[in-house]
Amino acid sequence: MSTFILILFTGIGLGALYFLVASGLSLIYGLMGVLNFAHGTFLTVGAFVGLWLMQSVFKSSGTVSFFAAMLIGGLASGLFALLMEQLLIKKLYDRHIDQALVTVGVSLAIGALLAGWFGSDLRLMLLPNFMNKAWMIGGAAIPVDRLVYVAVAVILLLGNFALMKFTRIGLVIRAGVENRTMVTALGVNVKLAFSFVFFLGGFAAGIGGVLIASYSSGVSPLMAGSWLIYGFIVVVVGGMGSVGGSFAAAMLIGVLKQFTNYYASSLGDFVIVAVLVVVLLTRPQGLAGKVSV
Amino acid sequence: MSILRLTDVKVDIKGSQILHGVTFAVEENKVTALLGRNGVGKSTTIKAILGIYQSTGDIEFAGNSISGEQTYKIVKTGMGYVPEDREIFTGLTVRENLEFAARDEEPQWDLVYDLFPELKTRANQRAGTLSGGQQQMVAISRALVNKNRILLIDEPTKGLAPKLVTEVADALVRVVGSTTMLLVEQNLPLVKRIAENIVVMDQGKVVYSGSAESLNDEIFVKQMLGVSGGHK
Repeated sequence: MSTFILILFTGIGLGALYFLVASGLSLIYGLMGVLNFAHGTFLTVGAFVGLWLMQSVFKSSGTVSFFAAMLIGGLASGLFALLMEQLLIKKLYDRHIDQALVTVGVSLAIGALLAGWFGSDLRLMLLPNFMNKAWMIGGAAIPVDRLVYVAVAVILLLGNFALMKFTRIGLVIRAGVENRTMVTALGVNVKLAFSFVFFLGGFAAGIGGVLIASYSSGVSPLMAGSWLIYGFIVVVVGGMGSVGGSFAAAMLIGVLKQFTNYYASSLGDFVIVAVLVVVLLTRPQGLAGKVSV
Repeated sequence: MSILRLTDVKVDIKGSQILHGVTFAVEENKVTALLGRNGVGKSTTIKAILGIYQSTGDIEFAGNSISGEQTYKIVKTGMGYVPEDREIFTGLTVRENLEFAARDEEPQWDLVYDLFPELKTRANQRAGTLSGGQQQMVAISRALVNKNRILLIDEPTKGLAPKLVTEVADALVRVVGSTTMLLVEQNLPLVKRIAENIVVMDQGKVVYSGSAESLNDEIFVKQMLGVSGGHK
């Protein structure tokens, strides 16, 4: 039983990290139709800024330093995303192939820049002591860092929900995901919402980047690769444009992957791809997505 | 005096020319009906005015050229739009749909809820769960909630049950006189009831522009629209 609980919690923790990567992707695609292959770069930028802050500015791996680095890493990544949207994506709305090429280009260029600057090796990120401990839950020793990932993901999910439900910009985003043309036909500048969503997506990915660095014990220019792929899988399974759907899908995929890897050695990736195929064939709009007409 | 004037407006969509030089004017505080068979370019004309479709030629609204402007800026000059297929936000509640559309500092909530009291009782209902008629009420209310200088209304009674057609028509009649309206409508009895001027289109061009009284002429109606006069 304790093994079951341990796998369940580590799976939920992994799902929380997938959600942090996927939530921004989902919003950016859902609202703007931009297939953003540079989203992994947002994650990497956030992780590098977080590492730099902890090592060079705060010179501490204490609890406050870690969470401040996470927050500022998220903000830096959000600003990077906003800059990219303003300089490159803004000129390419409705040019999907060009968007894909440009975002792949940004991803490669920033990856090469970071590798040239910092080297390709994993740079160790020290964690606050409390995150290296474990809590006993149901007889299982659950690593505290997994609980931190879940807590951050839930806070972002609730923050996102409140933003969407109770603010004007949230209303514009929800309406824009449904029908962009009608939003503008009602006198609303939907491009401002686009820019905000890019910032928001970058912010979530940046926070995810710092947490993924703590999960992977460090930061490297190529750290985002597999996380981005899983982010896309979560978005497709959850439904484009649905952050709640992404959360559910991320949890499902995280837990399924952990259980599969434990009970059917290393078949986790295979099973997740199988789930993706089943969803695409039977419910292509995803768990929470709407059927497009 | 005309508030909206289109001069030689042409629209090309994916290599296919839809409008071949449309020219007409809409008089202020009057209802002008844009008529014609299906597929002659009526909805495209409305969308060209709003900047949803890019066009050539000139479109002048309230004395200023709006050609080439972005849609949201054009709408903010005082246009209310009711699209052909309602296009309400189905995932939002009725209240959210209306609040989203409200641009004025003092939206005309009293007018909207007076015309469609049902919307007040269904304020928290998800708009996607409304009937077609109720959705049309939301679509019309979104245009009426602001004090617009012109309403562009595209087939407001399309697909509605006869009882609802009457209800929607009555609502439009009530706002006639207080606003300018460019109305695309296939329902000739409704057009006769509220329109003062008509513009008839065929194959992407204007073939007639004049008084709505022409619709009382059976031969004119048959020639121009290919239907009977709609004496209902």
